[in-house]
Amino acid sequence: MNEMLLITHWNIIRKDAVIRNEIVELSNEIFVNFATFIKALYKKEVISYPKFYKMDNLSKLGFLGAEMLLKDTAFLDRYRKEEIGIVIMNSSSSLDTDLAYNETIKDKSNYFPSPSVFVYTLPNILIGEICIRHKIKGENAFLVSDQFDPGKVIEPVKLLLDKDHAQACLCGWVEVLGDRFESVLFLVEKEKLIKEYYPLGGYSPFTIKSLTQFYQNK
Amino acid sequence: MMRPVYIAGDNIITSLGMTTREVIHQVESGFTGFQRYNDRSLTPVPVPLSLVHRDLLNAKFLEILVTRHPEMHEEHFTRLEKMFIVSIHDAIKETEPALFGSNSLLVISTTKGNIELLEEGKKDFPDPGRIYLWKMADTIGSFFGFVNRPVVVSNACISGVLALSTAARMIDAGLYDHVVVAGGDLLTEFVISGFLSFQALSPEPCKPFDVARNGLSLGEGCGTVILSSDHKKSTAVMVSGSATTNDANHISGPSRTGEELAMGIVNALKEAGINPAEVSFVSAHGTATPFNDEMESQALRIAGLQHVPVNSFKGYCGHTLGAAGVIESIATIRSMESNLLFRSAGFNEIGVSLSLNVIRENIHTPVQNCLKIASGFGGCNAAIVFRKV
Repeated sequence: MNEMLLITHWNIIRKDAVIRNEIVELSNEIFVNFATFIKALYKKEVISYPKFYKMDNLSKLGFLGAEMLLKDTAFLDRYRKEEIGIVIMNSSSSLDTDLAYNETIKDKSNYFPSPSVFVYTLPNILIGEICIRHKIKGENAFLVSDQFDPGKVIEPVKLLLDKDHAQACLCGWVEVLGDRFESVLFLVEKEKLIKEYYPLGGYSPFTIKSLTQFYQNK
Repeated sequence: MMRPVYIAGDNIITSLGMTTREVIHQVESGFTGFQRYNDRSLTPVPVPLSLVHRDLLNAKFLEILVTRHPEMHEEHFTRLEKMFIVSIHDAIKETEPALFGSNSLLVISTTKGNIELLEEGKKDFPDPGRIYLWKMADTIGSFFGFVNRPVVVSNACISGVLALSTAARMIDAGLYDHVVVAGGDLLTEFVISGFLSFQALSPEPCKPFDVARNGLSLGEGCGTVILSSDHKKSTAVMVSGSATTNDANHISGPSRTGEELAMGIVNALKEAGINPAEVSFVSAHGTATPFNDEMESQALRIAGLQHVPVNSFKGYCGHTLGAAGVIESIATIRSMESNLLFRSAGFNEIGVSLSLNVIRENIHTPVQNCLKIASGFGGCNAAIVFRKV
């Protein structure tokens, strides 16, 4: 019998709102574009991490999602860094940066391919950025599917946790294409390990039902 | 692992051939597949590349199209989709009837998929949406009639090993009985210009682990493996363990110590239930960049595998990106079936700081447990262990 998996923290970042553990903070700003939005969020979260400015849009969004997820929790203290897995998926892979990189090579008279852009034409660089920031060294996987699908998020995470390839997992969906974006991230832990940290509850089962409810809380 | 995960079929497509048998025959005979290309639509400077024969691929694809889907048109498929289809068609020929129930799955491994659709010359392709990796995978899956929607793995240069690992774990967990894992990537100007901008490409065909190594050589190709809980070939090989880790150090440079790859190797061997002394052979990532090969040699030392025979397949068909882990696993499985280890093409004199046992000439020797490793941008590492039953 596999033990119960629980969501201990989660958040959603959308154009109009940031939702953290069911608390919805509506945005007061009028949305201009992704760049303005993400910079404002970075400043609001009072993070100082100069590398942030070098990241592509996908990494910026997922990095901030992970940052907000981890900052007021003891999650990172509960595990060895190699026990934490990361599984992230999206629809358009790194297409947002692929298009930007393509601009640098398509005109032969204005040809300026750059390694600092090219490296972000792989979606798992986002996972690398989160790992570097938090020194997470466990299992990682980046998967691609057409839309946020709770069943598809749960399956690979269960494969890691049920067989002890990882003891806890940061997982979810981070999608960016131009000004269309969405980040939905979860911390998933094993019931046995976390009960003592959450005597009053405050967690949810890692099930299709919970993920669907969180996701639809628009 | 609780359930057996057998290799039930495979295919390799590279510059060296259109089937595993053809490619391995060339490798056994010592041939490599690089040519120097000077085609401005592909590369701004001449570099050695390993490219799949275009006309041969198209001819094979047309044969399959008229038998499986005479109602469909060739122009509705990209070159990469054709390559995936030809590879999967060849790999599944013996197991096919078992593969299309609800207990089967297709897993696609790729880094850039149909990225060539961004090129000016491809603007008239009938379905531009196939730039999405999931849409490309859906096209391939429905061509064969897979019931479940494919899973797509896109995790830089460990994609192929990660796809095999994920598939094996799915079978182990009882989610599926058969999983077809197909890895593929094309060489396009997009990819070549990017590696050139990193100054990562060798002017000569790559020389993994050699003192004169000077960067990697790119290749294109596709590899398909059928994993199954009950079907197996006459020489039964199974997946016995796997693991991934992250360096948490740098997005485009490997770990300085190799500790994280070593951790992945240790975890995979532990799951396989074997100790380092029981490993017959290591198929390294061996890209032939100075830092990668050095890091790998450190990792092999930490994991206690420094003296085990090792090769890099990159010297034959180059770095095939999202296909590499699958293609190189098949070559490893072929070594297990035939008890023949292949020389590491391009290698002459050891050029890493530890004396690895890099294979100089093909060796006939009993091959029992093998390890395939890979590392990639984003600091990712992967290891998978195969066992001959």
